[in-house]
Amino acid sequence: MPLDLEVNGQRLAVDVDPTTPLLWVLREDLALLGTKFGCGAAQCGACTVHVDGRAARSCVLPVSAAAGKKITTIEGLDSRFGDALMQAWTEQDVPQCGYCQTGQIMSAAVLLKDAAKPTDADIDVCMSGNVCRCATYVRIRSAIHRAAEIAREGAR
Amino acid sequence: MSSSGLQRRDLLRGLAVGGGLLLAVRFSPSASANPAALVASPADPAFAPNAFVRLATDGRITVIINKAEMGQGVSTSLAMIVAEELDADWSKVGFEFAPADIVYAHPGFGIQMTGGSTSVAGMTPGLQQAGATARAMLVAAAATRLGVPAAELTTESSSVVHAASKRRVGYGELAEDAAKLSVPKEATPKARQDYKIVGRSTKRLDTPAKIRGTAQFGIDVRLPGMLTALVAHSPVFGGTVRSFRADKAKAVPGVRDVVQISSGVAVLADRFWAAKRARDLLEIDWDLGEGASLSSDGMRADYERLSKTQGLVGRRDGDARGKIAAAGSKAIEALYEMPYLAHAPMETLNCTVKLDADSCEIWTGTQFQTVDQGAAAAVAGLTPDKVKIHTTFLGGGFGRRANPKADFVVEAVEIAKLAKAPVQVIWTRDADLAGGYYRPMWTDRMRATLDAQGGIESLACTVVGQSFMAGTPFEAAFVKNGIDSLSIEGVEDTPYAIPNVEVDLHTTKVVVPTLWWRSVGHSHTAFAVEAFLDELAAKSGADPFEFRRAMLKDKPRHRGVLELAAAKAKWGTKLAAGRARGIAQHFSYGSYVAIVMEASIEKGKPRVHRATVAIDCGRVVNPDGVVAQMESAIGFGLTSALYSAITLKDGRVEQTGFHDFPMLRIQEMPSVDVHIVTSDEPSTGCGEPGVPPVAPALANALFALTKKPIRRLPIRPEDLRA
Repeated sequence: MPLDLEVNGQRLAVDVDPTTPLLWVLREDLALLGTKFGCGAAQCGACTVHVDGRAARSCVLPVSAAAGKKITTIEGLDSRFGDALMQAWTEQDVPQCGYCQTGQIMSAAVLLKDAAKPTDADIDVCMSGNVCRCATYVRIRSAIHRAAEIAREGAR
Repeated sequence: MSSSGLQRRDLLRGLAVGGGLLLAVRFSPSASANPAALVASPADPAFAPNAFVRLATDGRITVIINKAEMGQGVSTSLAMIVAEELDADWSKVGFEFAPADIVYAHPGFGIQMTGGSTSVAGMTPGLQQAGATARAMLVAAAATRLGVPAAELTTESSSVVHAASKRRVGYGELAEDAAKLSVPKEATPKARQDYKIVGRSTKRLDTPAKIRGTAQFGIDVRLPGMLTALVAHSPVFGGTVRSFRADKAKAVPGVRDVVQISSGVAVLADRFWAAKRARDLLEIDWDLGEGASLSSDGMRADYERLSKTQGLVGRRDGDARGKIAAAGSKAIEALYEMPYLAHAPMETLNCTVKLDADSCEIWTGTQFQTVDQGAAAAVAGLTPDKVKIHTTFLGGGFGRRANPKADFVVEAVEIAKLAKAPVQVIWTRDADLAGGYYRPMWTDRMRATLDAQGGIESLACTVVGQSFMAGTPFEAAFVKNGIDSLSIEGVEDTPYAIPNVEVDLHTTKVVVPTLWWRSVGHSHTAFAVEAFLDELAAKSGADPFEFRRAMLKDKPRHRGVLELAAAKAKWGTKLAAGRARGIAQHFSYGSYVAIVMEASIEKGKPRVHRATVAIDCGRVVNPDGVVAQMESAIGFGLTSALYSAITLKDGRVEQTGFHDFPMLRIQEMPSVDVHIVTSDEPSTGCGEPGVPPVAPALANALFALTKKPIRRLPIRPEDLRA
C-alpha cells in the first residue's frame, strides 16, 4: 500500500515495505543521496534528517513512521540557518572526507533554531550523536559558532 | 627529473595511453563553479597538453587528480601545484579524478595508489612539469597571436601579458591555438619567490559539494537496473561455506537471487532493506576451520611468551642484549601491548560493478586503482585494459581501501558474474568491522640500561606481530631476510643517540587478515618507544622533554619540533591542579612531529584538554591543509588510544558497531594548536605523521598524573588507578 510522504516540501507517494528505514527510501526511491548510511543503528548520525523540524536518524526510522510528517533532507535545507551553516562550513573549511558532514549540518541546523547563541555545552549536547572519523570536531564547533553569528546578523 | 620517477616520456604521451580519450576536454561551459559538477560534465574539445591538465575555451582549468581524495585534501593541494606553474586564476580551477591508467601510477611504486603520505612529495615534480609545459605552450600561442617574441611575454592570473604594448590574452582564448602546438620536452618551473598559490592557505575545492551532499561517494553510484547485494561472511576468518539454505531469504519480497561466492553467501535484491532482511535469514553451515579456536587473550599470552625470546635481528649497534643481561635486575623492562584495529571509515566498504561479456566497469572509493583493476580482470576473465575503474570520493580510507588482495572489489566482481545485472555490494557496519584487514595486534618488549649520567646506554626492542606484506606482490619490496620493514619502522630507525641498540622481530602467522592502518608500523613503535622513554626519564629523575632533547643533539629537525611544541605548550610551567602534560615526538613519512598533550582524569576517565602540535614537513603547499591533518590526527589517534580494540573470542570478532567500537565524539575533542616549521626542504608526508605521537603523548600525561605507566592500548580505567 502506498505511503504518503512530504519531502523537502514536495508531496509524494512511495510503495515500499513499510518497515524500510526512511534512509533507504530517500536514497533509493527519491535519489536524495546527500543523506548517508553509516551504521544502520542510530549510532553515528550520518543519516540525520529533520522530521517535523526535529533531528531524526533516518537509518532506524521506519518509513511508515515518517508518513504524513514534514521531512527535510540536506537537499531541502535552504533556510536562514541552512545558508548560514553552508557559509560558515565553507569559511572554516570543515570537511575532510566529507561523508558525515551533511548529517553534521542537519544536526547543527536544529541547534541553531533552538539557540540563537549556542554555548559550547549546547554544541556538545546537540552534536554528540554525530561521529566524524576524520575528527573535524574543532572546525565543526567553530563553524557552528560562526553560523549562529551569521544567522543573528541576518535576523537584524 | 629522474628523481621523481615520473617518466616525462610517460607524462607527455599520456594522451596516447589514454586511448585518445583525454583529448576531449570534459568540461561544459555551462557548468557551475561547483567542482563536483566539473567531475561529471560532458565533453568540449580544447587544450589538453598532458594527462594532468585541461583548459577549456572559456578559461576553465581542470586538473586531473590521480590520487584518492579521502579527506587529506589532495584534490586541492595537487591542483594548487599545477595552477601555480600555469599562473592560473585559482577561481577558474577545478578537478576531476583520473581513470585507472599506468600514466597515473605512483612515481615511486609503479602502481596507481594513494598511501604512505606520499602524494604531494611524489607528484610535485611531475605536476610542476605538467603545469609549466602547458604554460609554455600558451605563451607560444600568444606570441604568434600578438606577433611578438615569446621572451617579451609574461603570464599572470590565467592571462598572457605583453607589457610593452599593454596587451593581454586570456588562456581560454588561446586554448585552441595552443592545442595545435607540439609539447615542449621540458619547461622550467617557477622560482619559489614568485609563488602566488602554493604556500598560501587555500580553501578546499571539494567543500561546496561535500556540504551540499552532491559529492559522489562510491555508495552514491546508481545504475539503471542495478541490484543491491549484501554478503554473509564467515563468522570466523578462514571459514568456508559447507552448505546453505536460502528458502526464508528468498521469500523476502524483492530478493532476486542468493548465490555462493568464495567469501560467503550473497543476497541480491532490488533494495538494500530486502537484501539486509534476507541476509539475516540465511541458514549457513560453515566449515569454520582452525580460526575457530582463536582468542585475543590467548594470542596476548602467546605474544608475551614469544617476546621473551630473540627474534630475527633488524638492527644491532653495539651490544644492547649483553649490557641488559649484565645489568640483571638493574635493567629496566616493560611490555607494551596494542590490539587489532579496524579502520572503520564512515562510509562502509562498497563497490559497484557493471560486467558485460567483454568489459567491466567498476565504481568505488579506492586507494589502489591499478591493483583493483588487475584483480577484477582476473576474476572477470578479461585483460586489465577492459576494466575501467571510476574512482569516487572516499568516505574515509585510512589504508583499508588499499588492499593488495582487493577483497571488496574481487567480491563484487564475483557477484556481478552471477548476477546478470549491475550490482552494488554494500557492507553493513558490522560486516565492515568484522571484515578483517586490521592494523595488526602488536606486543613490543622494551628493555634498557641507563648510564652513570642517567642517559640511555642500551635499548632493546623485541617486536611480535603479523606481516601483511608476506604473500603479496609487495613482499619483495618490504620483506628482506625474513624481516618486514613495516613491522619495525619507527623503532629500528630511532633517532635518539643511544650507543647500544637492538631491534628484533617475531613475525607471527595468524589467520586474521591484516593491513596498513594510518601510520602503519609507526602506530605501535611510537607508542612503545615514546612511552618507554618517559619510564626511563622517571627512573633517571629527568624531565621528559630535557631527556629527549639531550639525545637529539645531532638531529636538528627532530629537536626543532620537540622544542617548538614544548615552547608553545609552555612546557614546565604550572598547570591547574589535577592536570599534567605529556610529550612525544616521532618521525615518519619524511616528517617530524612533536605533540604536547594536556590531560586530567575525570570520573576515572582520561580527559584531554589541549593538544599542541609542531610539524616539520618541508615546504608546505597548503598550510591550512596541514593544520587540518594535524587536527584529524589528534582525534583519530585519541580514538584508538582511548577506545579502539578489535578482539576475538572463539575466532569471532566481538565488535559489531560504534557501541563497542566507539569513536571520539565532539565533547571529547581537545583544542588543538598547530605550529608549522618554516622550511625550504622538499615536501614530505602529512596525512599520517601526526598520528604516531598522539597515544604516547597522552599516556605520558597520564603517567605524570598517576605515576603509573600506561603500557596497554586502549587505556583502561584500571590503568589510571594509582
